[in-house]
Amino acid sequence: MKYDIVLCGVGGQGGISVSVLIARAAMDAGLAAKQSEVHGMAQRGGEVLAHLRLADGPIASPTIPRGSASLLLAFEPLEALRYLGWLSPSARIVSASSPVRNIPSYPEIEGVLAELRSVPGSLALDAEALAREAGNPKAANMVLLGAAAAYLPFPPELLARAIELGFARKGEAVVAANLRAFEHGRAANS
Amino acid sequence: MPFENLMGDEAIALGALHAGLSAAFAYPGTPSTEIMEYYLDHAEGGGSGPVVAQWCSNEKTAYEAALGASFAGRRSSVSMKHVGLNVAADPFVNSALLKIKGGLLVVVADDPGMHSSQDEQDSRVFADFARIPCLEPADQQEAYDMAREAFELSERIMAPVLLRVTTRLAHSRAAVETRAPRAQNPVAKVEDRWGWTLMPQAARERWKRALVGYEAVRSEIEAAARVEPGDCDLGVVTTGLGLEYYRENEAELGRRPWRLHVGRYPMPYAALRELASKVSRVLVIEEGYPFVERELRGVLPSAVAIEGKETGQIPLDGELSPDNVRPALGLPPRPGLSRAAGAPELPRRPPQLCPGCPHADSYAFLKEALAGYPSRVVTGDIGCYTLGALPPFEAIETCVDMGASIGMARGAAEAGLVPAVAVIGDSTFYHSGLPNLVDAVSHNSNLTVLILDNSTTGMTGAQPTILPSERLKAVALAVGVGPEHVHLLSAHKGDHGRNVEIMRRELAYEGPSVLISERGCLEAIKKARKA
Ligand code: SF4
Repeated sequence: MKYDIVLCGVGGQGGISVSVLIARAAMDAGLAAKQSEVHGMAQRGGEVLAHLRLADGPIASPTIPRGSASLLLAFEPLEALRYLGWLSPSARIVSASSPVRNIPSYPEIEGVLAELRSVPGSLALDAEALAREAGNPKAANMVLLGAAAAYLPFPPELLARAIELGFARKGEAVVAANLRAFEHGRAANS
Repeated sequence: MPFENLMGDEAIALGALHAGLSAAFAYPGTPSTEIMEYYLDHAEGGGSGPVVAQWCSNEKTAYEAALGASFAGRRSSVSMKHVGLNVAADPFVNSALLKIKGGLLVVVADDPGMHSSQDEQDSRVFADFARIPCLEPADQQEAYDMAREAFELSERIMAPVLLRVTTRLAHSRAAVETRAPRAQNPVAKVEDRWGWTLMPQAARERWKRALVGYEAVRSEIEAAARVEPGDCDLGVVTTGLGLEYYRENEAELGRRPWRLHVGRYPMPYAALRELASKVSRVLVIEEGYPFVERELRGVLPSAVAIEGKETGQIPLDGELSPDNVRPALGLPPRPGLSRAAGAPELPRRPPQLCPGCPHADSYAFLKEALAGYPSRVVTGDIGCYTLGALPPFEAIETCVDMGASIGMARGAAEAGLVPAVAVIGDSTFYHSGLPNLVDAVSHNSNLTVLILDNSTTGMTGAQPTILPSERLKAVALAVGVGPEHVHLLSAHKGDHGRNVEIMRRELAYEGPSVLISERGCLEAIKKARKA
């Protein structure tokens, strides 16, 4: 079994921490994980890309070969379109629908979403609104993780546990708020 | 045995701690920063007792501190990014001649593809130039194991050992199996000064020994190297991550090539010749420069075709990937999804200063103060503020190397291009801007130095600057900049008018002046709150 995930978004959206949570849950499920991120620029607003590879055997390359990923988890819709080349024909896409317009030449959002939705297996959802509904406007990334949970090759309960462990240091209230956002995401894609 | 999920950088650090590391020194630089951060987080008990872990002014001072710790008999390490090795080149190259006592691990993280760098130089070339053995891990497990191995080797051959990684390994995570820590060395200083005093008569002797020692290491590496048999006339040599990219594609190859992986340098000539004797073609998959490939041309018989970067089968610049090695292996591109034909090109999203970053306010007053001058130069330096080259600021015109802004502004001014302004961060100023300021004072050069003082090394994740902000003015004064030409400015919108006025005055002054524009980095403030 091999399951490659491309995570992308804009700096500051919390994409890397989602990658860490999925990896932790996968390892709890007995899978091997290799995660690749490019760090460096601490500044906000640039493109952020992480690769996460899961398998039940050894994983070679730290980055995903083109045409191989099973899931694209996008925290920003324009960013999602950048990485289609990494997806296998049967891949799923889970993307936030609200744009981060921090560049002057940002195209019409309707066009971006229409293009995204035309890809078979894609789901674009208003993660921000769902996060607000869940009472935690900063947890759009948890909503997206929840929406993608059904596609991942291990039970969603392991993700919930990873969230509990990952946020434990920040206190019970933060854990609960993130879990709520996660469950909202799950419900939005069921 | 226990497993940990570690980034390549962290695996190296943990390996070093488990090897009995006593002292580590570094200057932050992507992709090497996390090594020192791991030491700092585990300084109290990650290995076999507390370790010294310190950020330094620059890579040269860090290297020299590590040498001193080795002289004291203890295992020490210095870590840096590839271009940092240029700064530390003097102690690095000379240290090959020293009779190393406590094991010395030099970790250099190269950045092919220039994710966060000014060039993509390959540190294996530097190691060979200095005749210092080099280990190159292919994955996180090897990163851990080789850090431990490097200390053993260093003490056995009494020479420094360089551990080279590249960005993708430094910054990717996987499970690593760890082993029991070894005790630290006691303090036991070098007794024979002639192994450490490189006066010509001693240095000549030491160099002869270094050359012999280097070849002895090659023999050891040759003895351990294994050629894996194949069933066709292609040989594939991999190094570092090249191994992983080869493996990613291996299953699709019809015939099995003869194989040799090179993870240790000086490279094993004998094994490479053995491989070549079985095949008519040797393909080299290595990240960075065509280092093995080029050397092979002198090692293998000319009847064997050598393929790689210099012959165009693999791109000469940038990173390797699981995809760009495929043509060299005779494999077609993997099909993936794609956007519809004719879909409009997606705009890029360059990094930007954090909203509210103090640098934005500094650039605002700098630009206004300069507005009346049709001819002028603003040199820049390395840090978040390098983004000042891009819109909406378009304020700086150069970015070359650490500390260059002041030297270049000075040179331009001496050559007649004025006003000349150097924009430099506080951390970069201490790194290597300071000697340039000394030159400016010495020659009474007509330049204005604008130090953006945010009390941190922001770009690499907000490490503290080597000296606190309050000292900066005293440093400029101590160097000899006239007291009436050293100003503290505050990088706030409310102070814009005052800042413009002072800057204008100093632009008109025909000598060196220093403006220190102060306000904390927002990331650093956030980080301090979290801690
Ligand atoms: S990290 Fe600090 S210095 Fe860098 S852009 Fe952000 S606020 Fe400015």
